Amino acid sequence: MKYLRQFSIILFISLIGEIIHLFIPLPIPASIYGLLLMLMGLKTKLIPLNAVEDASMFLIEIMPIMFIPAGVGLLDSWEILGAMLIPFIVITLLSTIVVMVATGKVTQFFIQIDKKGKDDDHE
Amino acid sequence: MSNTINGFLFFGAVISLLGYELGIQLKRKFRSPLFNPLLISILVVMGLLSLFNIKYEVYNQSAKYISYLLTPATICLAVPLYRQMEMLKKHSKAIVAGTITGVVTTMATVLLLAVIFGLNHQEYVTFLPKSITTAIAMGISEEMKGFVTITVASIIITGILGNIIAETICKVFHITEPVAVGIAIGSSAHAIGTTKALELGEIEGAMSGLAIATSGLCTVVFASIFANFH
Repeated sequence: MKYLRQFSIILFISLIGEIIHLFIPLPIPASIYGLLLMLMGLKTKLIPLNAVEDASMFLIEIMPIMFIPAGVGLLDSWEILGAMLIPFIVITLLSTIVVMVATGKVTQFFIQIDKKGKDDDHE
Repeated sequence: MSNTINGFLFFGAVISLLGYELGIQLKRKFRSPLFNPLLISILVVMGLLSLFNIKYEVYNQSAKYISYLLTPATICLAVPLYRQMEMLKKHSKAIVAGTITGVVTTMATVLLLAVIFGLNHQEYVTFLPKSITTAIAMGISEEMKGFVTITVASIIITGILGNIIAETICKVFHITEPVAVGIAIGSSAHAIGTTKALELGEIEGAMSGLAIATSGLCTVVFASIFANFH
């Protein structure tokens, strides 16, 4: 029963996310509304952590397999790329690497400033 | 072959899961990031479909059920995020700075490469939302009159690549702070990357999950600005 109730709460929030998505004309999916709703629910204690925690961790654990069908769908994409194939590959690969490095470095830089500031406070 | 397979409701799901299991075994054996379970399962399924001449639609009629839980699973990313709330508060400035860097860098890189390759406007906007979660990106691409299918293909390859290289990139470039690792992965490789971040640790996973939402929302704003540049 424990998992059933947890799973019901999660699906219920998914449904609310879908309803919000239907009424707000923005390209924001139900999952993002749902994530924010769940976070607010937990924060306000409206949803106690232990009411969703186990089922959530299970869903998160099996999340990678949910991307397999989309990945296999790339089989049908090669044809439409045509002349764009080379730019497509270069843009996709290069930007992913550049963005990962830049984002990580900038975030880390600010964290180190935070930490330094705190050390100074202690002195 | 497609006709016979058509009758099996569990065929697509089973070969996907077996492919993933094979990937896990290979990864355990060879310990190289190249033996990525997600990549291996996709390649195994692609191979089987080509070998037995099975259409993607036939496979997907069964496999779509494993994607059905994607929205609920994404929502559940709020749980690790909530458990790491202190981290989020403590480093909010760094997280905001990192997220904006990620979004602007994506678009600046796409702009630069679009100019180099001489892409037209429609081709250029197709790539602007390539680093974010598919559902938001499809909306953006559609609105800017990009090629939505190509946007989706680019997003999926971005995610798989991010998933494969994340650990190595962070090591090589000395990105060691768990919060920075998480934001870097979520900003560059959305949910597919986030599954790797969750493997690396709870803080990494929580921050990567947060970055899916923040960089996705940020991209809605920045893409409309960058669309005017080329």
